[in-house]
Amino acid sequence: MSKDRISSKQELIPAQNDPVPNPFEGVDFAELELSLYRPRTLITIILSSLVTCMTFLALIPLFAVLWMLIWRGGQKLSLALFTQLPPAPLEQGGGFGNAIVGTLIMVGLAALITVPLGVLAGVYLAEAKGSQLAEVVRFAAKVLTGFPSILAGVFAYGAVVLATGGYSAIAGAIALSILMLPTIILTSESAVAMVPAKMKEASIGLGATGAQTVWMVLLPTAMPGILTGVMLAVARAAGETAPLLFTALFSNYWLASSGRVDFMQPTASLAVLIYNFSGMPFANQVELAWAAALVLVLLVLIFNLIGQSFSQPQIQQ
Amino acid sequence: MASVSSQTQIREEVAGWNPGQIWQPPTRAQRWYDNAFRRLCFIFAVFTILLIAWLVLEIAFRAMPAFRQYGLNFIYSTTWDPNKAQYGILPEIWGTLYTSLLALVVGSAFGVAAAIFLSEGYLGEIVFKGLKTVKLQHHPIWGKLPERFELLLKNLIELLAAVPSVVYGLWGLFVIIPMIRPACNWLHEQFGWFPLFSTTLSGPGVLPAVFVLSIMILPTITAISRDALVSVPPKLRMAAYGLGATRWETILGVLLPTASRGIFGGIVLGFGRALGETMALAMLVGNANRLTVSLFSPANTLAALLANSFPEAGAKDIPVLMYAALVLLAITLVVNIVGALVLERAAGKAEAK
Repeated sequence: MSKDRISSKQELIPAQNDPVPNPFEGVDFAELELSLYRPRTLITIILSSLVTCMTFLALIPLFAVLWMLIWRGGQKLSLALFTQLPPAPLEQGGGFGNAIVGTLIMVGLAALITVPLGVLAGVYLAEAKGSQLAEVVRFAAKVLTGFPSILAGVFAYGAVVLATGGYSAIAGAIALSILMLPTIILTSESAVAMVPAKMKEASIGLGATGAQTVWMVLLPTAMPGILTGVMLAVARAAGETAPLLFTALFSNYWLASSGRVDFMQPTASLAVLIYNFSGMPFANQVELAWAAALVLVLLVLIFNLIGQSFSQPQIQQ
Repeated sequence: MASVSSQTQIREEVAGWNPGQIWQPPTRAQRWYDNAFRRLCFIFAVFTILLIAWLVLEIAFRAMPAFRQYGLNFIYSTTWDPNKAQYGILPEIWGTLYTSLLALVVGSAFGVAAAIFLSEGYLGEIVFKGLKTVKLQHHPIWGKLPERFELLLKNLIELLAAVPSVVYGLWGLFVIIPMIRPACNWLHEQFGWFPLFSTTLSGPGVLPAVFVLSIMILPTITAISRDALVSVPPKLRMAAYGLGATRWETILGVLLPTASRGIFGGIVLGFGRALGETMALAMLVGNANRLTVSLFSPANTLAALLANSFPEAGAKDIPVLMYAALVLLAITLVVNIVGALVLERAAGKAEAK
């Protein structure tokens, strides 16, 4: 036996009785801990606290707004607000019942216009996935999402108010529907696209036509997602002011006069009421503006929560 | 047994069916309906493209008389005097860009910070540490708190976006302006030579408008940046940690550069929102036809000009206002298209990985 070979092997395999070499030998563990004395970790600590502070600073306005709304708007809150008409200058009391009704009616009309349009366009986008046209439509919808709300009002002013000769609830609803449409298209598309392919294939395999598949399989399955999108769009539209300023204008009276509801007349809305009353030098009007802001935020929150409640079961699946 | 009885019910029902009614090819009416439905979906989808074209053409067409009369001079001149029929919107264009850019700087600093805070799970960590001090971190109910708080924070920031802009305007008018006025006037007295502080804040002005505007674009930037940061492949982060990078070396050196395209797209979309934002500005910016760099001076923006002038506009003013709307449309369309394109590229890149 050559001794050399054995000794070389022994070099490779550590002897049993030798202590296991410590891989951390020579490592100063204190060096690795977060410490204010080392620049690397100091920067981490500083930036982490900076980011934390900035996030909470960013949240302060939210709480400040909500607190002011509850404090200043809550004082004024009473049942009379919901049943009475806006007061004239220097008049005490009053409410904004007609503005609540006007907001709901215009948002409802806008939803009537956009829901069929948006959902079916969304179905088209989800079904014609690869086509060039679908790409363009999707891009158009994305661009429309960022469309300034005031320009929707300008458009409705040109296309409806000037054409029909007067400010009306219809013009306001059309302006709002331009803002709602892209949200509804994009959320319906993603909701329909999320329906498992096997369900669609099963339906087609049973001999259903495309339209039957859409109505009986795709839309019912995608319904929660679509409803979420619709409610989000409705919530956004309910809070919009700029498109209504010079399409629905404002009105101090109820929409219905002597039993007939006329959509072709100037219509009050909560958002425009807040804007108009906030600029008035009368304390009563400013108080009403705060109360209206509270009601409007609650309305928007309710729509948002309804929308989110639809999407909840989907997440759990 | 409910299931058995329902099965027998189904059998009885099926026994009454005529097989030919079920297992038959679509009738002519069904096929016609299917065709019509497909066409309808197609038409509605195409309508979206036509709608954009219609929006642009409607405004451009209505602006035509003013365009012919004033030409490009409209964009360069600074007087707005309906009595002398002199119209120029340079102060408004400047005001729009100035307030939006300032708001963008503030909004994206805070927005990206909040996005990092959310995507890194800082809040969960803080709550976890808090629970650890009272030894509840693995409790079946309390142990879930970190996740819950994370979700709550995300929803709270999204809630910022849900508050209507007119409510922010109201808040700015009655809370922010009285609050910041003493500080602003002190700054003016001490540093009046500095162009930004060259006037006093007497009421509405650029600073309150920028303040509220940055709050309004923050949720957009945070939501998109957070998505971009979350979709950075985890292996990149692991690799950075494995090489011994600290948390912030990872964030600054790996995460932010990888997500930069998405963050940039979010910032551009936030800029688009700021440019088009109307109500908060109409209430807070002061509606003064002034070309100014001072933060405390009243100014005006295109959207605020439209909001304030349209309701009282006479037949002569309408083409002029439509022209102003066309300028705003051009600016926002360009910004939005750039933002959407950048985001699309970012999404494509993330998928390719």
